[in-house]
Amino acid sequence: MIYKVISKPEFKSFIDAIVKANTAYGPKQVDTGCKGEPVYQFMPVHAADEIAFDYTATHSSAKHLFLPFRDELSKFSFTDGNWEQEVRYDAPPIVLIGLRPCDINAVNILDDVMLHGPYPSPYYLARRKNTFIIGMDHLPLPDCFCKSMNRHTVNHGFNLFCSDIGDRYYLSINSANAFSFLKEFKLEEPSYEDNCNLIERRKKIKHSFTTNIEVTGLPVFLDIEFNSPIWEKWGDKCLSCGTCAMVCPTCYCYSVEERFDIDLKGSTRQNHLYSCNLVDFAQVAGGHNFRPKNGDRLKYRYYHHYRGFAANDNQQICVGCNRCGRACLADINPKDVINDLRLERESCMTCVSTSPDKT
Amino acid sequence: MHDLRFNIPGQDLNLEPFALRAPDFQKKCEVMITDRGYKCRITNIVPLSGQERLFLLRIVDPLERELFNFRPGQFLMLEVPGYGEAPISISSSSSNHEFIEVCIRRAGHVTSALFEARQGAIVSIRGPFGTTFPMEQMKGRNVLMVAGGLGIAPMRAPLFWIGNHRDWYKDVRLLYGAREPSQLIFNYQFEEWQKVGNVTLHTIVEKPDDAWQGRVGMITELFDGFTFDPEETWAIVCGPPVMFKFVCNYLDGKGIPMNRMFVSLERRMHCGMGKCCRCMVGSTFTCLDGPVFDYWSVMNLKEAI
Repeated sequence: MIYKVISKPEFKSFIDAIVKANTAYGPKQVDTGCKGEPVYQFMPVHAADEIAFDYTATHSSAKHLFLPFRDELSKFSFTDGNWEQEVRYDAPPIVLIGLRPCDINAVNILDDVMLHGPYPSPYYLARRKNTFIIGMDHLPLPDCFCKSMNRHTVNHGFNLFCSDIGDRYYLSINSANAFSFLKEFKLEEPSYEDNCNLIERRKKIKHSFTTNIEVTGLPVFLDIEFNSPIWEKWGDKCLSCGTCAMVCPTCYCYSVEERFDIDLKGSTRQNHLYSCNLVDFAQVAGGHNFRPKNGDRLKYRYYHHYRGFAANDNQQICVGCNRCGRACLADINPKDVINDLRLERESCMTCVSTSPDKT
Repeated sequence: MHDLRFNIPGQDLNLEPFALRAPDFQKKCEVMITDRGYKCRITNIVPLSGQERLFLLRIVDPLERELFNFRPGQFLMLEVPGYGEAPISISSSSSNHEFIEVCIRRAGHVTSALFEARQGAIVSIRGPFGTTFPMEQMKGRNVLMVAGGLGIAPMRAPLFWIGNHRDWYKDVRLLYGAREPSQLIFNYQFEEWQKVGNVTLHTIVEKPDDAWQGRVGMITELFDGFTFDPEETWAIVCGPPVMFKFVCNYLDGKGIPMNRMFVSLERRMHCGMGKCCRCMVGSTFTCLDGPVFDYWSVMNLKEAI
């Protein structure tokens, strides 16, 4: 990694050049929420002026640029009594501007899931290889808890990362491509003062978190609490709508469907992003459902995110962006669920420790 | 004007050759891209009962036919183009490269479409996927096979294997239970298994009809009829999840260690490659780490049975 400093106007002209020459996605204000707060989304951008560099957090994650909500896996064309299958992996190159550290961490987790194991996904690989990521840090929102998940900093998985140090950006250049693009712009070596400013900025971000979740030892807790009544309690609130999975940056479960073309001369196999909270997620042919209750499915989602599952190698795949908490219609928040779970167990532990000492 | 157009060429993604490479089961981390299916012709359809049929599939391309190697217990993703895919366990002999037999019950969208298909229709298969029954490890031991209902379909592959390597195993017993006598499918092969395969066969039904002369009751009642040495016996159990619990608990009580009992689980699968998470049981993929599990793993998987 090479570190440089760039002035803000110069940085803007760099972004402008890269946006104009490529297909680019960046945060844009698309709407205003019910409390008057702006709603941001990653949208196609055509000039640097369109990008909201000081955005807070986008409503949806950037996941759908790597795992589209609807993706074509293969194509069949029918001829008389026979068919041909066509599989294509190519993806157009895109630039992704303004990803937050938690979002980049989420992409790294998706890399682990989709590219490791016996069957790496070529569709994901093609998109990932053809994406140029420019990250930016930000001051956390009141309900962000990425620090608790240790995802508030990132040191790989991006091409360029910019930290705001007053009137300039401190750049971490992580790829040869990024370095050669930046050659045409005025860069400076970071001075002693710049380094101090960066550390100051990091410190400020670290101390700005107001929401904390205690996740140490959570996998064991979850194992013990498998039959806890808490799941039923939160399951009763859950509407099984699947919104949390749609906005989550690391939810990757999908379903594969096939549809005929409208002229019946072919068909496509598509994968759709799915949610484990939807009723028919674990339903098999014949109608048996392995997770029939809301609580079962909610529990499964929390286990997948916080216990760490086979494909994610015991790492917790939640990055703490709290998008699911903000988007949930029933006001279910990971913070509340996990604290609830912990409180129950900890109150129980208190009764154990207050028992009379026999020695 | 700055020219910042960049394009990482797709040449990095030179994954195509893997699709034609033979799967190597010794290496678990072999990279295989399996989105392209093998073209298969339905050469014959054998009606087994009202809802079940046996389909004989033959891979059209001779090279692909040679490459398609599987072991007892594995499954394949059978695709009817335009309708979708379904995971189907292979119920033919693993030494038979010419034909793949799959026993299918009409249950869902894809299988209904398949039942409409005639002889000569072309479908697509991907695979084989999943873990296998440890046939080599059972060498020199007794094998106790317990099948309930359609559980006989995945049981046929190990049965054929045992038929091919009969001298490897000592005493082989097959317990087979079904609800009605008409649902004892593959009854035309019973004699072959007993006489040629030297397999002791016990059958039982829950609801007998007038012609039935065998035993009546639950499958666990078959255990009264014989004794076995738990130290020397390995068990394979296939059937509905309720059956696993009773049979495995009984065998556990008799002293067969849990890691010598093997069950084949079924779940909804969409990719077969450990990505879509539809088949997850607790923290395990049924498609990668299963469908064959030893009973110890199943006991440790929450919500498995």
